[in-house]
Amino acid sequence: MKELEYPFDSEYVLKKKKSLKRELLARENVTYLEKKVAVLGGCTTQNITLMLELFLLNYGIKPVFYESEYNKYYEDGMFPNPELEAFHPDIIYLCTCNRNITEYPNMADSRETVDGLLKKEYDKYCGLWDHIRDTYHCIMIQNNFEYPFFRLMGNKDASDYHGRVNFITRLNCLFYEYAQEHQDLLICDINYLSASYGLEKWSDPYYWHMYKYATAVPAIPYLSFNIANIIKSVYGKNKKVLNLDLDNTLWGGIVGDDGAETIEIGQEAALAQTYSEFQEYIKLHKQLGVLLTINSKNDEKNALAGLTRPDSVLHAEDFAKIKANWDPKSMNLSATAAELNLLPESFVFVDDNPAERAIIESQHPGTAVPAMESVETYIKTLDKAGYFEVTSLSADDLKRTEMYAENAKREQAQAAFTNYEEYLQSLEMKGEIQGFIPMYMSRIAQLTNKSNQFNLTTKRYSQAEIEEVAADEKHVTLYGKLGDKFGDNGVVSVVIGRIDGADQDELHMELWIMSCRVLKRDMEFAMMDELVEKARKAGIRKLVGYYYPTAKNAMVKDFYGLLGFTKVSEDEEGNAVWEYVIPTEYEKKQHVIAVNEALD
Amino acid sequence: MTREEAFERVINVFREVLDDDSIVLTDETVADDVDGWDSFEHINLIVAIEEEFGFKFPMGKIVTMKNVGEMIDIILVSGK
Repeated sequence: MKELEYPFDSEYVLKKKKSLKRELLARENVTYLEKKVAVLGGCTTQNITLMLELFLLNYGIKPVFYESEYNKYYEDGMFPNPELEAFHPDIIYLCTCNRNITEYPNMADSRETVDGLLKKEYDKYCGLWDHIRDTYHCIMIQNNFEYPFFRLMGNKDASDYHGRVNFITRLNCLFYEYAQEHQDLLICDINYLSASYGLEKWSDPYYWHMYKYATAVPAIPYLSFNIANIIKSVYGKNKKVLNLDLDNTLWGGIVGDDGAETIEIGQEAALAQTYSEFQEYIKLHKQLGVLLTINSKNDEKNALAGLTRPDSVLHAEDFAKIKANWDPKSMNLSATAAELNLLPESFVFVDDNPAERAIIESQHPGTAVPAMESVETYIKTLDKAGYFEVTSLSADDLKRTEMYAENAKREQAQAAFTNYEEYLQSLEMKGEIQGFIPMYMSRIAQLTNKSNQFNLTTKRYSQAEIEEVAADEKHVTLYGKLGDKFGDNGVVSVVIGRIDGADQDELHMELWIMSCRVLKRDMEFAMMDELVEKARKAGIRKLVGYYYPTAKNAMVKDFYGLLGFTKVSEDEEGNAVWEYVIPTEYEKKQHVIAVNEALD
Repeated sequence: MTREEAFERVINVFREVLDDDSIVLTDETVADDVDGWDSFEHINLIVAIEEEFGFKFPMGKIVTMKNVGEMIDIILVSGK
């Protein structure tokens, strides 16, 4: 919904919250992910929660809230709390502010005394986080502290250890160190947010004294939007691809008319510099694993000429796909999505032309279409929208562009074979398939949240839940890693089964997912082979598979049939149950991947 | 801005924020007379009125305001 995308009108969102919520819930064909969010506040949180609900609904997440009483965040989180325990939060958001700091340094304090105060304040939070982890096993989102709205010593407040600015800065750094060591604690950076909004307006004491809001009410939508971005990132709803126009987007001017030598790029003029800075910003996204693609109305040779200029920051090899032609951009976007095995809703379409944007908006409703208005605001427009909010960065993310380049090489290799099995043999694939191990817990959790297409049950797991399942003897788990002569794809498949049945000889498949980047490589059969072996060792006689249809997973509707399961029931919505009785003589289903050889 | 105009704009704000088109206000109206006008929505009403009229209520005035009529009085002095 446009009203809830950056740059939203915060006053409008506040005023219209009731009707906006009604409109959101009236949308058709939206499948919501339901999540339980406990908001534990050191200030009033009512509006924060209501705004958060709107932004989350807009991201396809339906929150149920638990809200602490005013300034009861510590008591609620730290002490026995049957109500919160029964609530089973997926996320606990600790909404604190500098008004909650117990004791600031006194001008006469020694360095040791101030260090002691700092430690005392930090230990309070540290103890709270540790306790929440042990009790609730959920994700924590913790505000850092905004700067104080007055500076007793003026500038020295920042550099002198007696200063509140200094104290808060040090406290924030301690929070960050904890967050670096604990993946389940995510910092909500209100220090940056308040600076960006304007600290004076953000910390307007009027709202604190009148209503005990630490954040000025008109700023609350920005805060809630920020929290929603963190949450949607945790649940795999980030965008994955930048789909970029060229003329007047990545450079100034029209390359087809003006020629590559006269477009605005490089360091020679103000406008050219601004486009260069934008190209640099775009290029940085490769480090996050965001794929760059081009969608331009141009002859391909002109497009490439622009990218070949030595002073261009971006070059052809930075892009996973380049579409420079005269087809409608909506078609190019669909084709690019299909080639990358991604959905159009994973795309951010970046184009200075409002007419092109309007077409994408109508053809691809899930695609993000930011209003790119003037080149000096391009970075701000993309950056503040939070499309690529990072909550965990796996080794995979860091080398994603490389992996797609390897895929291109595989496609070329395939062309040399007429027989597909021969091609698969030629890849010299090596698989590693075994029960979950600590090294991959974060990637496994990430995959359960990101996979939409090859996903039988669309069940999402947090890392804590993955660790629980791995340790539970009533569950059989498998992760699959696949590499070949072109490169390593990392962990690409995850299977989880629960042992059940009167004789404990049935394995109910709670999850079966695979990354689409390894489709048609027989990896799913390799997983089945290992699953059968592992199940048999656990005394399992029968596998029970479930397929729950969503808007995105039609490709695996008959997956269990393909593996030799028999459908035993199917309801009107298409929810199906399949069964497979493990035969005494099980014949391996795939012969092209060497599985677990490196391990033996 | 006449008193009537101010009233009309205030009523519209109330209707939008409380999402209720049947709301009617008079000089004597107080929070108890209007469904949904609780302490929480009071904050949102004040913020929305400040936005509508482009000014901020001084804290001292907000805490002493007795009814809608007194609110309109302040708006007529400070609002745009």
